[in-house]
Amino acid sequence: MKAFTYQRAGSAEDAARLAAHPGAMLLAGGTTLLDLAKCGVAEPDMLVDIGHISGLDAIAVDAGGATIGALAKMSAVADHAGMRAAFPAVAESLSQAASAQLRNMATIGGNLLQRTRCPYFRDPAAFPACNKRDPGSGCAAIGGVTRNHAVLGTSEACIATYPGDLAVALVAFDAAVRLGGRTIAVEEFFLVPGDTPAREHAIGPGEMITAVAIPASPAARRSTFLKVRDRQSYEFAAASAAVGLELGPDGRTIRDLRVALGGVATVPWRCRAVEDALKGTLLEPESVRAASRLAVEGAVAQADNAHKIDLAPRLVARAILSLGGLA
Amino acid sequence: MSSPRTIRFTLNGEPVSATIMPHETLVDVLQHRFDLRGARESCGQGLCGCCTVHVDGKPVSGCLFLAVFADGARVDTVEGLARGDALDPVQEAFIEAGAFQCGFCTPGFVMMVKQLLKEHPEPTDEEVRHYLTGNLCRCSAYPEILDAVKLASARQAEAARRA
Ligand SMILES: Cc1cc2nc3c(=O)[nH]c(=O)nc-3n(C[C@H](O)[C@H](O)[C@H](O)COP(=O)(O)OP(=O)(O)OC[C@H]3O[C@@H](n4cnc5c(N)ncnc54)[C@H](O)[C@@H]3O)c2cc1C
Ligand code: SF4
Ligand code: FES
Ligand code: FES
Repeated sequence: MKAFTYQRAGSAEDAARLAAHPGAMLLAGGTTLLDLAKCGVAEPDMLVDIGHISGLDAIAVDAGGATIGALAKMSAVADHAGMRAAFPAVAESLSQAASAQLRNMATIGGNLLQRTRCPYFRDPAAFPACNKRDPGSGCAAIGGVTRNHAVLGTSEACIATYPGDLAVALVAFDAAVRLGGRTIAVEEFFLVPGDTPAREHAIGPGEMITAVAIPASPAARRSTFLKVRDRQSYEFAAASAAVGLELGPDGRTIRDLRVALGGVATVPWRCRAVEDALKGTLLEPESVRAASRLAVEGAVAQADNAHKIDLAPRLVARAILSLGGLA
Repeated sequence: MSSPRTIRFTLNGEPVSATIMPHETLVDVLQHRFDLRGARESCGQGLCGCCTVHVDGKPVSGCLFLAVFADGARVDTVEGLARGDALDPVQEAFIEAGAFQCGFCTPGFVMMVKQLLKEHPEPTDEEVRHYLTGNLCRCSAYPEILDAVKLASARQAEAARRA
């Protein structure tokens, strides 16, 4: 790892001031940043430790929803009784992520900003071409080994999968990211690669994530996070689905439905077409399976990842049916 | 320019200090400044758990944990578990169950199991698997590790009943 200087920020303003130094980066738990510094992808000159800013690790859940401070640890949110009751999909997305050790270190803000696991991105010495790392250099993945690359939201410049789990659950339930004074919907926070894959999110200069806010809803309360991986645990998603379901008083009519996909797209992927097709209809296996296929509308497969286009809708259907007691 | 810093922390119950560079990780500092070789770096990427130590009572991966983060904290390593010549019950259970071959992964597993049994004194197989998912054993002693956890848990319950 290249040497860097280290500064502690006492406040968000302090962090913004220090981060304005050329070569400076914010540091929270460090589990993404140090990993990337070891692979030579991140080469910070200065790390600005935001971990000592007070008041940013609170988790508050009430009837209106949840507010999670950017410095709250993944483990604290995953184990929080109020989160597990009101937002099971969010808590499950975290308890199925990484390892117990890493969840004790990693923060919610850092989790949202984790970088892709695209193996070409992570190995600059062997693969100089990567538009995300070095705009205009090309994409070593296209035409390479693409088993874990995205099928949704890709561009000719980059096909890297957004690897995180939490953001998938957040986008399903209309959560927002607080950047100090400004709030932005998670759905707009993450940017598809287009021609500018190096730009991954909407944080402007001098801004940092201070909190995540999730509105309460009956669908969030009856929700689940399903994650399939190449091995049973401790692996990034081959595909994941965050789904919430609200049934009407008859117990069969779908009043509200939230569906988002992970592990298959360049950003956390909200599937409104599935939601719209099923809202107001009766919960039935046939129609749920048919509508779930809309989750991958517009998908484009690379050489090795066509299986994701089959896998994702099955996962969505399984999640909806299991929440409805039909699977 | 990167310049050294002095950090102070409690290491296995003793107050210590070390002058470190900001980019040094906790596992490096424990190995090279304190000659504690239990937590060791294998993957260096958070993938294997060989570098597990406790910071303020919580297991962390020392290979992705900057040493400066330990400033002011309590750090506990596998070397702090034994009381004189008496091994910790978790260590004894690992030996009795034969829960290792080469032993490279063992300090990390032992530190995780210490915490697991604090949080779940009588864990189900499912809980053990989930809790230990971040620890890999290349010799594949997993069945014996599961036995060791059960043995340590039973001993702990027995000791609690007697106390
Ligand atoms: C082996 C391994 C397995 C993993 N498995 C999974 C998994 O299965 N699922 C999953 O979702 N994740 C997984 N992760 C990713 C892990 O969850 C992230 O590394 C972690 O959440 C990042 O949080 P951090 O606090 O350590 O961030 P840091 O590494 O400190 O920061 C990450 C980035 O965010 C920036 N940053 C941090 N906080 C803020 C803030 N408040 N405002 C603005 N910028 C900020 C930093 O500058 C940096 O660029 C895994 C990681 C590893 C190493
Ligand atoms: S897919 Fe994106 S991140 Fe991976 S090599 Fe291509 S440009 Fe880089
Ligand atoms: S060496 Fe730290 S997890 Fe492998
Ligand atoms: S005993 Fe050899 S790696 Fe576990």
